[in-house]
Amino acid sequence: MKDITYDAIVVGTGISGGWAAKELCEKGLKTLVLERGRDVKHIIDYEDMKAPWELEHRGRVTQEDRRISPVQSGVYNYNEVSRKFFVNDLDQPYEQVKPFEWARGYQVGGRSLLWGRQCYRRSEIDFEANAKDGHGVDWPIRYKDIAPWYDYVEPFVGISGQREGLAHLPDGIYQPPMDMNCVEKMVAERVKKGFGGSRLIINGRTANHTRQIGKRGPCQFRAKCESGCSYGGYFSTNSATLPAAAETGNMTLRPFSVVREIIYDKEKRRAKGVRIIDSETMEEHEYYAKIIFLNASTLNTTAILLNSVSDAFPNGLGNSSGQVGHNLMDMPYGMGASGTYDGFKDRYTFGNRPTGVFVPRFRNISKETERTDYVRGFTYQGGAGKGRVGWADGVGVQFKEALTESTDWSMSITAWGEHLPYYDNKVTLHKEKKDKFGMPVLVIDCAFKENEKALGKDAMNSAAEILEMGGLKNITTYDRGKIPGSCIHETGTARMGKDPKTSVLNKWNQMHEVNNLFITDGSSVCSSGCTPGPSVTYMALTARAVDYATKEMKKGNLR
Amino acid sequence: MNRREALEKVSYMLGGTFVGASAFLSSGFTFADKGLFDKDQIAFLNEVGETIWPKTDSPGAKEADVGSFMSVIVKDCYTPADRKVFTDGMVTLEQRCKQETGKGFMQATPGQRTAFLTKLDQEAKDYMSKRKGDQPVHYFRMMKELTLAGFYTSEVGAVKFLKYNPAPGRYDGCTTERPW
Repeated sequence: MKDITYDAIVVGTGISGGWAAKELCEKGLKTLVLERGRDVKHIIDYEDMKAPWELEHRGRVTQEDRRISPVQSGVYNYNEVSRKFFVNDLDQPYEQVKPFEWARGYQVGGRSLLWGRQCYRRSEIDFEANAKDGHGVDWPIRYKDIAPWYDYVEPFVGISGQREGLAHLPDGIYQPPMDMNCVEKMVAERVKKGFGGSRLIINGRTANHTRQIGKRGPCQFRAKCESGCSYGGYFSTNSATLPAAAETGNMTLRPFSVVREIIYDKEKRRAKGVRIIDSETMEEHEYYAKIIFLNASTLNTTAILLNSVSDAFPNGLGNSSGQVGHNLMDMPYGMGASGTYDGFKDRYTFGNRPTGVFVPRFRNISKETERTDYVRGFTYQGGAGKGRVGWADGVGVQFKEALTESTDWSMSITAWGEHLPYYDNKVTLHKEKKDKFGMPVLVIDCAFKENEKALGKDAMNSAAEILEMGGLKNITTYDRGKIPGSCIHETGTARMGKDPKTSVLNKWNQMHEVNNLFITDGSSVCSSGCTPGPSVTYMALTARAVDYATKEMKKGNLR
Repeated sequence: MNRREALEKVSYMLGGTFVGASAFLSSGFTFADKGLFDKDQIAFLNEVGETIWPKTDSPGAKEADVGSFMSVIVKDCYTPADRKVFTDGMVTLEQRCKQETGKGFMQATPGQRTAFLTKLDQEAKDYMSKRKGDQPVHYFRMMKELTLAGFYTSEVGAVKFLKYNPAPGRYDGCTTERPW
């Protein structure tokens, strides 16, 4: 029993699983960390130092990639180097009742190797939203509950950004920001003045480090984060949390471990352990622990709960509320505008900045900014740049000369909006189809509705207003028609709440019905928020939950 | 592979337009390990590339071996339909060159090649401007795009033409120095 019994088990090694591992190990708990995919060792397993000409297809996606990974190969940062961090869709099928792009990275580090790295705190407005407009259930926490935990995680993450003093976009603890370029600065200035401060363009807040943190960073301005980063220039599980966990001597990492279910002890009313399939040997194993952190990422955490059926929980573990799998959210995004600027002709940019500018929310944050056509809000990410002319007529010397000229500056901003929690946006287990590990295949049924459409329309038109105020010309608007899932912010399917009848977890991310089980990935949240950086909130929730769990353990309050 | 098999393979790859095609398509069947084309076809594509993007005080497309790049990309990254457009296009380009100059592309002088491809480029542009969504991209547009992409991502293109800097180490958002 000795080698299969631990103080704690963490399921998953993405952003939140990595944090759970680090925090539990640092608090002295012997922790088993389970990952369904292979190990990816920081630096050793990256191919980021290869030059383009050293890649067989110079980075391009092949027809074979599209065949084996029809969904993954469409993800924005899938390429010849990063593809090894994405799953093979044929090998890992799921069903789409409505189109849903489910980006997945099954390896140690999960999608922390591939994430967008933007880090924004949620504000009081976000935590109050459900209670105020009646969508979903009220968050059982408020900003003051999580603020100290943002303070706790941010310095370790290493976020570059600028403090702005906005109530609806709380400041964090930041390293120096990555600079705006001359056009962004000009536009930001004009927008601030033109809108009287009610709309702002600020520096992106990103987990790319402008200062070294231990052995990590600083960022080398290559903007190829999805390759993995041998400089440790951005935060990932592999570069940051797992090395910290390993350093304690308390972590046992077990890759190739597909968790099939949580084993429930009906007598003691606790989660006893987990049952896994070793994906290499296909053998089944059981592991036991005093507490379990389920951090398999939103949809797989949901699958494990729904697949953990017993007499006590015939509809899935901790699912007496019937809410597990429901209220699935992503974020509508891809609506925006672009324009050009014909000044600063003799100015260029140097280096590849892995972030851009950010426009904080400006709708539905006060009486004056209230909309009648939709609730909640949106934010923008964007940036200005210029480059070499990319195309010209003709061939030969003149053509070549034309392509050594510089373009005008251009700038675009693209919206990320809130997705309301709808009960009928859901994920369920297929009744017959199973994957090669015997796990039922997930069936995803998720859509954007009227509120998201109205919000998206306003976001698109407002983007043009902002750029126009900023002094840009030739402004065009766009809507990329992104489907749910493609924002890769899926959340909400095992939500927190005050009432066990309508929610799965309590305010400590602790399962109402199984008090030694904690879930701190995206499945736990009550609303999607409208900033494009949910991960830092999962990190803060995780650290907070581990702190609570270990204190409760000491008090003997966990069964 | 014997000659007959090789001929069949080329004929198949080029969509059955092998018969009557030019010398570059019917000789030298030493297939590259990874790509779609043999060394003569690659040489042909390198000359097309060099005409599009010639050596000046910086290297041209031939030095970057864009022909080999096209051979791999057309094989692995193009859809079967686009691959056929490209390979048919190689034959068409050769035939058109003969009509226009009286010589095959490899035999034509640099001046003839440039004049011919300038005309072909205009045709491709006209075609592309009228093209409907379901119609394929013009083969010369493909060749021109791949010439650029192959050159920029090659070592000579990146290092000697662009200022390749694998780790800039900083961001300057307002510099007077051109980054290429």
